[in-house]
Amino acid sequence: MKQQLEKIRMEAMTAIETVKGSAELDALRVRFLGKKGELTAVLKQMGKLSAEERPIMGQIANSVREAIEGKLEQRKTELKAKALEEKLVSETVDVTIPGVPVVLGHKHPMSKVLDEAKEIFVGMGFEVVEGPEVELESYNFTKLNTPYGHPARDRSDTFYITEDDKVLLRTQTSPMQVRVMEQKKPPIRIVAPGRVYRKDEVDATHSPMFHQLEGLVVDEGITMTDLKGTLEHLVKQLYGEDSVVRFRPHHFPFTEPSCEVDVQCFECHGAGCRTCKGEGWIELLGAGMVHPAVLQGCGIDPTQYSGFAFGIGVERMAMRRYAISDLRLIFENDVRFLSQF
Amino acid sequence: MNLSRKWLADFVNIQASDKEFADKMTLSGSKVEVVTRMDAEIQNVVVGKVISMARHENSDHMWVCQIDVGQPATIQIVTGAQNVKVGDLVPTCLHDAHLPGGVHITRGVLRGVESNGMLCSLKELGLTLNDFPYAIEDGIWILQEDCYPGQNINEVIGNDDSVVEFEITNNRPDCFSLIGLAREVAATFQVPMKHHTPTVKGGGPGNLEELLDVEVPAEDLCRRYTARMVRNVKIGPSPKWMRQRLRAAGIRPINNIVDITNYVMVEYGQPMHAFDYRYVKDGKIIVRRSVEGETLTTLDGTVRNLKPGMLVIADSHRPVGLAGIMGGENSEIVEDTVDVVFESANFDGTSIRQTALALGMRTEASAKFEKNLDPMSTVPAVDRACELVEFLDAGQVLDGLIDVINYVEPPVELPLEVDRINGLLGIQCTADEMKSYLGRLEIPVEGMTVKVPSWRSDLRCMADLAEEVGRLYGYNTMPTTMLRGITTQGGYSKQALLEMAAGNTARAMGYSEIITYSFVSPSIFDMVRIPSDSPFRNTVKLLNPLGEDTSVMRTIPLPSMLEILARNYAYHNKSAKLYEAAKIYLPEEGQTLPKEPKILVLGTYGAQETFFTLKGEVSAILTALKTMPATFVAKKDHPSYHPGRCAAVVIDGVEVGVLGQVHPLVTANYGIDSEVYCAELNLEALQSHLAPEVLYTPLPKYPAVSRDLALVCDENLTVGQLEQCIQEAGGSLLRNVSLFDIYRGPGIASGKKSVAFSLELRADDRTLTDEDSNGVIRAILEKLESSLHVVLR
Repeated sequence: MKQQLEKIRMEAMTAIETVKGSAELDALRVRFLGKKGELTAVLKQMGKLSAEERPIMGQIANSVREAIEGKLEQRKTELKAKALEEKLVSETVDVTIPGVPVVLGHKHPMSKVLDEAKEIFVGMGFEVVEGPEVELESYNFTKLNTPYGHPARDRSDTFYITEDDKVLLRTQTSPMQVRVMEQKKPPIRIVAPGRVYRKDEVDATHSPMFHQLEGLVVDEGITMTDLKGTLEHLVKQLYGEDSVVRFRPHHFPFTEPSCEVDVQCFECHGAGCRTCKGEGWIELLGAGMVHPAVLQGCGIDPTQYSGFAFGIGVERMAMRRYAISDLRLIFENDVRFLSQF
Repeated sequence: MNLSRKWLADFVNIQASDKEFADKMTLSGSKVEVVTRMDAEIQNVVVGKVISMARHENSDHMWVCQIDVGQPATIQIVTGAQNVKVGDLVPTCLHDAHLPGGVHITRGVLRGVESNGMLCSLKELGLTLNDFPYAIEDGIWILQEDCYPGQNINEVIGNDDSVVEFEITNNRPDCFSLIGLAREVAATFQVPMKHHTPTVKGGGPGNLEELLDVEVPAEDLCRRYTARMVRNVKIGPSPKWMRQRLRAAGIRPINNIVDITNYVMVEYGQPMHAFDYRYVKDGKIIVRRSVEGETLTTLDGTVRNLKPGMLVIADSHRPVGLAGIMGGENSEIVEDTVDVVFESANFDGTSIRQTALALGMRTEASAKFEKNLDPMSTVPAVDRACELVEFLDAGQVLDGLIDVINYVEPPVELPLEVDRINGLLGIQCTADEMKSYLGRLEIPVEGMTVKVPSWRSDLRCMADLAEEVGRLYGYNTMPTTMLRGITTQGGYSKQALLEMAAGNTARAMGYSEIITYSFVSPSIFDMVRIPSDSPFRNTVKLLNPLGEDTSVMRTIPLPSMLEILARNYAYHNKSAKLYEAAKIYLPEEGQTLPKEPKILVLGTYGAQETFFTLKGEVSAILTALKTMPATFVAKKDHPSYHPGRCAAVVIDGVEVGVLGQVHPLVTANYGIDSEVYCAELNLEALQSHLAPEVLYTPLPKYPAVSRDLALVCDENLTVGQLEQCIQEAGGSLLRNVSLFDIYRGPGIASGKKSVAFSLELRADDRTLTDEDSNGVIRAILEKLESSLHVVLR
């Protein structure tokens, strides 16, 4: 009987080892361990054994059963792994086939640079505000220290709405300085993006409508060195920490002292090239300390408060950032252009 | 303002390369646009002496010349010119020479004879008879200059100079002069300035007061009028040095008297005019406004029709000059002019500018006057002109001058507020340092009082002085600091955040942003079929538009979108999905300024686009913005949209937008042969219809039951009507209704359609039994049948 058991063990081990599929494996389980299986058949003979032999044989029979069960389990795991592997191989795809297209829209390049600049200022505690484009002459000129007779007021430069020249299309976002100062008490930190209008014919660098980002800070003890720090931060955030910035004296009616801010040409690093028209520097924006007369006119005491203001041409910023050579592309809105950004 | 560096050396001596000069001047406040070497265009051209001339063996008009160009051997040049003689000094191009206009001269063979260069005319050197009046127009320029063979021709012409072009800001009219700029140069380079006070010998025959009388009735437009007289003038070319300097300043030499006025204008920034005394009737100069119907032929030969009120210089009969802009032909200095009146006046800038603009004739003089010049410079300028007349021996200057002063601003004094200046700039300068900066600019400070010079009309308050201190301290020397003080909360307005969220969602669905002009053509209303009596035709109109196409501010955003879609269609772009947050400008009764709401416009064409793709996208935007629930109501009367494919977007009873297929007649107007879908959502209206803040709803604990209903109804019943009926009858257990099929065809009677809905039923406190569900469904079906005559399929 012992031999019979050992024989079953041997046969089972060999059969299980060579089995190819899970169905065959189930058949082997039935053949060896099933109710009518070979092991059961041998065990049925246990009654014929002596009382001494019975436990011994029982032990052997159990060990054979355990061995077969273990082997079956092991083989089952192996076959499962193999089957999975085969399935995975059969499911292999050509990963270079293009994905199912998802069409995403694109932000206009102007908005991209504008949003970037706005974010930088929001990070410095600036509030983003907007105001009217059809504007009163007083906000656009008079309250910005630009007297009657100033060339910027000419009908050849400014679009007017009313015959008395009291209503116009704003030529700059600077009227927002006055609107904010008239409504808010310092501390003031705002940026005002928006459309502005000047009577320029359309060409590669001019458009009768374009965009500016105005900035204004008013508080006690605001200095020109603050203006420098703030704008230098902007330039470095926009164009990289290694950007070289310079401040150049200039004139605007509503700031004093005034300056223009240049960044060293990215192409030639100051040597002079086509990009910077040989100057080595690229003009970025105009700025200055808010003119005492402007503060006064808005009801802010210039002996107590000071401030700075700046204006950035957004189109120019976008054209520079993306090397766009013709301003007309900005307003043409060709999808082949837009989808590049 | 163009500045000759050689001329500048009359007033200030500096050693600096052109680049260094430009950089330093730019940073101290006088922006240099460009520096041009005058000799850049002419290279390898020297003075040559004609040693011998022989007839060309193969030509009856050419000469073979041997030219001494200052080298051991002569060079051979073939010329076709006939005005050259042996012994003449002539401009000679050597091999590899460059001339203005990109002309390149190389050695060559002319009819078999070697020629190693070229002899030049005046014109080939970029010069005119005005520069060298003794030369002839067509022919080689026979040099009558003090020069020698081999000498660089640039030196002979006076091209060994750099011209610096400055961008002068409006507040610094003093810098429109050589002396003003020299002052800036001296301050920048910290070198002394060489001043020159003109001295006039005078003594010419006659009494000025008896010969000339000046009246200024237009005293508000003429602050000062100064005049002197020169008699027995000898009109001729001015000397070479003067012509060269004028040429460097970009001014064409004319004759000695005119050249002197221009020379003084460059030096002093004071435009001057010279009249031929013969044509000043009755010796009377009247500075007055023009009257109706007056004309004047200006020096350029153009007849100008003057508008009443333009400032003119007149004699007792007629205008003889357009004040501050251009003289009249009738009093021009000509070859036989004997007596000359020099005018050195100060006119109102705005008046001059507006007259120049109205007549379309901005001149060198008017460009200066329009900045409002220093009235104190009229006398030194006229004296300088008379001094030059005497120096050039061009006439006899009469003693005395006529000087009518109507208004000269009293001298301005400002306190030197050291602490405030430091406080504004953020630096620490002592009073002495500030005085030193101002001193360099020739702004005297007595004690702590700044005596503002007459030429600095821009210095009127503390901040103006701060700029002077700051720019000489150096803007780039100042430290940089970050903002201190009370922290402010940065951020965006709610409206801006909504607009950003709408844009984000639109882009996520494939829409790209566009930016269009706010002003449009009035014809857009016809293009999109807006009725002639529509209030939208009431626009904000530009008084002075660039053209009809940009003459009114848009009151509707659709045409801008359609124009861009049409352009893309014309470019053969197969599809386009575009959006813009477009401002419109709506005039308001009784208000000076219009309302400027923003409309989110979506526009699309392409194979995939239908009413329902757009409706889905609009719904997604509303969901993303978290508005209150919206309904879509058929809109058959919008003139721009397809009457059967247009819906109003309604929230809480308010129409917040519209969407649909653009009317085929409209797309045809834009040349688009494709279905176009657009939506317009008023962002302000959406802002005021946002859902309240979301509060969490517990997730369902009990399972839902799903039931499908296929209903047969009349064709004209809408899905919306069916759905509303189901919702009403379903009660609290009905949680969701969704359409999944509409069928017409076999099995369904004509004029009917089958509409299938999937219903979700659920209770919060128990699992629904069949009985529960059946009850709800029965109630729904009964209601459908009784109110809409709809039956189960």
